[in-house]
Amino acid sequence: MQSKIRFVFAVLAVMLVLVGGISAQEPTTLSMWYHGAGNEVERTILLGIIEDFNASQSDWVISLEEFPQISYNESVTAAAVAGNLPDIIDVDGPVMPGWAWAGYLAPLSLPEGTLDNFLPGAIGMWDDQVYSVGLWDAAVAVFARRSVLEANGIRIPTLDEPWTGEEFDAALVTLQETGEFEYAFDPGMAWTGEWYPYAFSPLLQSFGADLIDRSTYLTAENVLNGEAAVAWGEWWQSLFARGLAPLTQDGADRDTGFIDGRYALQWNGNWAALAALEAFGDDLLFLPAPDFGGGSTIGAASWQFGVSASSEHQDGANAFIAFALQDEYLAAFSNGIGLIPATSTAAAMTENYAPGGALEIFFELSLQQAVLRPPTPAYANIALAFEKAAADIANGADVQDALDEAVDTIDADIEANNGYGFGG
Amino acid sequence: MSAQPVRPPHHNWYVLGNYALLIILAFVFVFPIVFMVVSSLKPDLQLLRDTSSLNAFLPIGDISLNNYTAAFERAPIGTFIFNSVVVTTVTVVVGLVINSMAAYSFAVLRWRGKNTILSIVIATFIIPFEAIAIPLLLIVNSLPWIGADGIQIGWLNSLHVQIIPFLVSAFQIFLFYQFFRDLPTELVEAARIDGASLFQIYYRVIVPISGPVFATAAILRFLDMWNQYLWPLMVVQSERYRPVMVGLQYFFQLDIAWGEVMAYLSLVTIPVLILYLSLQRAFISSIATTGIKG
Repeated sequence: MQSKIRFVFAVLAVMLVLVGGISAQEPTTLSMWYHGAGNEVERTILLGIIEDFNASQSDWVISLEEFPQISYNESVTAAAVAGNLPDIIDVDGPVMPGWAWAGYLAPLSLPEGTLDNFLPGAIGMWDDQVYSVGLWDAAVAVFARRSVLEANGIRIPTLDEPWTGEEFDAALVTLQETGEFEYAFDPGMAWTGEWYPYAFSPLLQSFGADLIDRSTYLTAENVLNGEAAVAWGEWWQSLFARGLAPLTQDGADRDTGFIDGRYALQWNGNWAALAALEAFGDDLLFLPAPDFGGGSTIGAASWQFGVSASSEHQDGANAFIAFALQDEYLAAFSNGIGLIPATSTAAAMTENYAPGGALEIFFELSLQQAVLRPPTPAYANIALAFEKAAADIANGADVQDALDEAVDTIDADIEANNGYGFGG
Repeated sequence: MSAQPVRPPHHNWYVLGNYALLIILAFVFVFPIVFMVVSSLKPDLQLLRDTSSLNAFLPIGDISLNNYTAAFERAPIGTFIFNSVVVTTVTVVVGLVINSMAAYSFAVLRWRGKNTILSIVIATFIIPFEAIAIPLLLIVNSLPWIGADGIQIGWLNSLHVQIIPFLVSAFQIFLFYQFFRDLPTELVEAARIDGASLFQIYYRVIVPISGPVFATAAILRFLDMWNQYLWPLMVVQSERYRPVMVGLQYFFQLDIAWGEVMAYLSLVTIPVLILYLSLQRAFISSIATTGIKG
C-alpha cells in the first residue's frame, strides 16, 4: 500500500514539476522598430495594440523601439549591416522591395483571407509574395474652394468625371487672371525628396508615361523619356514659366498659403485636409487629379509592417502583425493621426472616412485611382533621378535632356545591380 | 601740460563707419538666434505668419512657454541633453589630453620616423568620415566590452561607442602641433637642464602656456561632438542613448511643430553658447596666434 502511495506521490510530483515548468516558461520577447518617434498620438495607439497583443496570449511579448521618421531608413540600413535588425520592422511602402531584395525582410505568413478587404496600396508585394502590410494609406487631391470655382465659372469635377488636362490648365489660367491669388496652383515645391515621385509622378503617368517600363523593370528608356514624358515635362515646365505656380517656396508658405488665400488650388494630401477644413468648412473641396489622357491617378503606399529575415521568431512576428490588422486598430490610427484606414469596414468605424464623412473621398481616391510607385529595388534610385529631372525641368532645363539624363541614371543603376533580380 | 594730438577730420567718420559695419555684422549673426528664441515663444501659425515681417524678431502676439512644455512632452529632452553632455565632455577632456600629448611628441621630442608618421596623421584629414563609417561600424560591432552584464561583444547602443572612436583627432593633433612647434625651445631646454622628465615638461611647462590652443581645440571639438548626427544614427537604436541632434528629428513629423523645434533648438544651443562665451577670449587669442580660422 505504502509503495502505491509513494508511486502516486511520485507521479504527482513529476506532474507538478512539468506543469510548473511549463507555466513558469517566460514569453519570448520580440523586438519591434517603428518610425513614429515624437508622435505621441501614434505612440499611444501603437502601445495600446502591443498591450492588447501581449495580454491576448502568453507566447510573445513585444518590445517597441521608436525612431525619428526622417532618419529611420538609415538606421535600419546600418542595423542590417551590423546584423542587428529587430523581429518586426516598419517599412515605407516604396522602400519595401529594396529591403526584401537586400534580404532584410521575409515574406509574411498571415492567415488566409486576412488581406481580402485591404486597399491595394496597403499591401506590399514583391516577387509575387506579400512582404509588408499597412494599417493605413495616404492619398492626395486638389484642394479647392467651391465659391472660388463657381465665381469663375469653373466646372467642379467628380471622381467619375475628373477635369481633363485641358480643363485643368484652363482653370489655372482663369484663376491666375483674376488677380486674386499670387498663384493659381500650389504643387508643393517646398517639399522635396519622396514628395516628388509620390505627388508628381502620377501626373506623369496620366500623360501616358511612367518612371520605368513595368513590363520588365529593366529600363526606363522610352518610358520616362518618350513622347508622353516629354509632353508632361513641357506642361510641368510651363506651369512655372507662365507664373501659374511658385517655383520656390518655403515650408511656412506651403503650410499656410492655401489657407491664407495666396493660392487658388493646392495639390496636397489627406494629412493636411483637416486644417483646411477648419479654415473653409463646407466651402472646401477635395478634387481628383486631372486626367491628361492616361487616367486620373494618384500615388499610394504608406508605412507598413514587415518581418525581419533574420528574426528567429517569425511566427511570433507574423502573429503580432495579424493581430494589429484588426479593424478597431485601423480605425484608431485613422482617428488619431488622420490617415486613411486600410479597409472599408474600418473606414466605416472612423469619424472622417465613414460614408458621409468629411474625408470620405480620400478612401475612394485610394481605392479607385492609386498607382503604386514601381515595386522594384531600383525605386530608391529612380526616385532620386526623377526628383532631379522634375526640379531641373521646373527650373528651365531642356525637357528631353533632363529626362534622358534621368533614364541614363536609372538604367545604369539597374545594370550595375544585374537587374535587381528581374530578367532572369 | 602737453597739447592733445589733433586727429584728422575724416578719422571720426572712419570710426563711425567701422562701428556701423560691426553693428550690421553683429545683427547678421545675432538675428538668427533672436529669431530662434522669439519663435520658440509663439504658436505655430503666428510663427509662420510672422516670418514675412520684422515681427519674426519681436516677442509680440500670443507669447508663452507652451512650446517648451510641448517639446518636453514630445521627446525625452533631458535624456538627449544628458547623453550629449556626457559624450561631448568625455570626448573633449580626454581628447585634449591624448591629442596634445601626441602633438607634444611630434613637436618637441626627437624620435625616428616622426615626420613620416606626422605626415600620415595629417593625410587622414582628406578622408571624410562618411567613407570610414561602415568599416568603423563593423569594427565596433565586433569589439568586446566589459559592462554590468559581464563581457559582451559589440558596442552598439551605448555611450562609449559614441566616445571612443572620436578621442583621437588628426585635426586636433595638427592644431596642437602647430602651436607647440612655435613655442620657444629655450623653455623646454631649460626644463631639461633642470632635470624635468618628459611628462613634467609637458605638464608643467607646455600646458600652462598653451591655454589659447587648448581653448580652441576644446571649442571646435565640442561643436563637432555636440552636433554628431550620422554616427549615433548608425550605432544607437535605443532612445536611452540618443544625443541631441538625433533627438531634433522627433519634431519633424508630417506637420512640423515649428514652435517646438525652436524651443528644442534654444535649449540645446544654450550649452554651446555658455562654453563659447566662457572660452571666447582664449579662443580669439588662439586664432590670432595659430592662424587657424575656425
